[in-house]
Amino acid sequence: MTELLEPAATTPTAGLVDDRPADGFFRVNRSAMVDEAVFAEEQQAVFDRCWLYVGHTSEIAAPGDFRTRTVAGRPLILWRGTDGEVRVFLNACRHRGAQLCRVPDGNARGMSCFYHAWTYANDGRLTGLPDADGYGPGFDRSRFGLSSPPRVDVYRDFVFCCFDPDAVDLPTYLGGAREYLDLVADQSPEMEVVDGMHEYSMEANWKLFVENSLDGYHLIPLHRTYFDYLKSTEDSYLDPRRPTEARDLGDGHAVITVEGPWARPVARWTPSMGEENRAYVEARRTELEERFDADRARRIATTDRNLLVFPNLVINDIMGVVIRTITPTSAGRTVIAQWTLATKGEPESVRERRLDSYVTFQGPGGLATPDDMEACESCQEGFAAAAESPWSDISRGIHKEATDEPFTAADEIQQRAFWRRWRDLLGSR
Amino acid sequence: MTAPLTPTTAASHHEVEQFLYREAALLDEWRLDDWFALMHPDVEYRVPAPGSDHLDPRHTLQVIHDDHTRLGGRVARLKSKHAHAESPRSRTRRFVTNVRVLDGPVGDAGEVTVAANFHVMRTRLGKLDHFLGTYRFVLVPDGAGFLVRERVATLDHGIVEAGGTVSIIL
Repeated sequence: MTELLEPAATTPTAGLVDDRPADGFFRVNRSAMVDEAVFAEEQQAVFDRCWLYVGHTSEIAAPGDFRTRTVAGRPLILWRGTDGEVRVFLNACRHRGAQLCRVPDGNARGMSCFYHAWTYANDGRLTGLPDADGYGPGFDRSRFGLSSPPRVDVYRDFVFCCFDPDAVDLPTYLGGAREYLDLVADQSPEMEVVDGMHEYSMEANWKLFVENSLDGYHLIPLHRTYFDYLKSTEDSYLDPRRPTEARDLGDGHAVITVEGPWARPVARWTPSMGEENRAYVEARRTELEERFDADRARRIATTDRNLLVFPNLVINDIMGVVIRTITPTSAGRTVIAQWTLATKGEPESVRERRLDSYVTFQGPGGLATPDDMEACESCQEGFAAAAESPWSDISRGIHKEATDEPFTAADEIQQRAFWRRWRDLLGSR
Repeated sequence: MTAPLTPTTAASHHEVEQFLYREAALLDEWRLDDWFALMHPDVEYRVPAPGSDHLDPRHTLQVIHDDHTRLGGRVARLKSKHAHAESPRSRTRRFVTNVRVLDGPVGDAGEVTVAANFHVMRTRLGKLDHFLGTYRFVLVPDGAGFLVRERVATLDHGIVEAGGTVSIIL
């Protein structure tokens, strides 16, 4: 990377995405995954500028409920005020910066910093400080309320923040992804995040798991043991002849759609859901047909989708709904956080089936996710030879870009959509 | 733990301990079919999600929640060369200690509830991971030994601190 030493106009990220659709060509330089200078650049160009997922309002259902989160390296508190308002604060005391909240969740009207006991109400106001007389007459405590990220907004109960005060508003940012978030949010009148969180990690670059999360091409070769399990226990299988779809939703967002073999609690009953749950699942389908037109009801009920909200939020709406964030801690290490979203008030037997089928496939102990981690880590190992073998090919289906021919989930338009946005954000600085 | 110690004979305590050691050794030796044969038809094998192990597992996300069918699927997968996360296989060394019989034998089946500490060390591809936590076993006497009806491995730490995933049987 001799360019780094030169004061030239070029940046460490220049030329990393070699995008020539007219030549049927799309490749990414593997230094984008291993170079710490690229990592530092993308922290500023991507994570400090994009809207990022914080949590779901159902996780702080009651006034005073809070959860601590880390987003783009920042410690945050997602906290519902006594007034019912959902707020996001930086988890750092305004006095000297100690973490105000040191537990993962709970309920509180206020919190007191353990260091010097500055105390804040759940709307962020500084309400108490010991020996206040020690501050001069010019000390205005109203200026010392808890800080928030520059931008915070909620879309369909999904809470986002942005560290760029000049960013476009959240609905504009979400753009073409909104339609797909709506399909999830509309599954029932009220959705809730289930208690319990999956947190796992890999020794590989974060972008590899973004690609993997949208990759229909890898399913059958990589996850053979999972599909063998489905075949042997439920006699169901992923039919490669079933139509699939991939779409570039603009602004880096993308989606793949398949019709999977698994049951969907909303609303595709299969024998694996249990006979006792059949009437409930089928009634959900009927309910959707009453709330929406037939086509929309069908899309909500029976199509499976993996959605990417650029840069690092993935929503898998498959045998259950998975909310996944993919966060780099360095060029070669990534932490993944994952929650599941479910219909509020569904019967316990449905909830159990939903959780079991989700956990069997996904998460750090599932029959599939550890193999995804292994594949990404194996790529990262291979990138040690990046100097001699510098390019990853992401050109599947690129010949269709000049035509109206639809893309399938085994094409790579969805991954190119991500990479083109990544390139534009890094190049535009 | 303030649970009263149930009087057990030294002999039965020894049997329980030896069973847990044998069970751990079968996993360390990757004798997975022999290990699976020790599972009761109504077995529940569970690894709670770190941080929420105090919540009701029926409506809380778990890291692993296997019944006999799913656990059989897990064993079949691990034996396959297509279980890529375990191909090549991890080597494990399981330390099972502080074994306490919490309850039993009770009921017609004579169930025994056992707690123990574990330290599972896993080496693979030049890396060493440590899994630390506690076991809860419910054992049902069967012939000369036991069958495992409940097996809960509760971690003291996050999975991120132990190599990133749980691709082995804990």
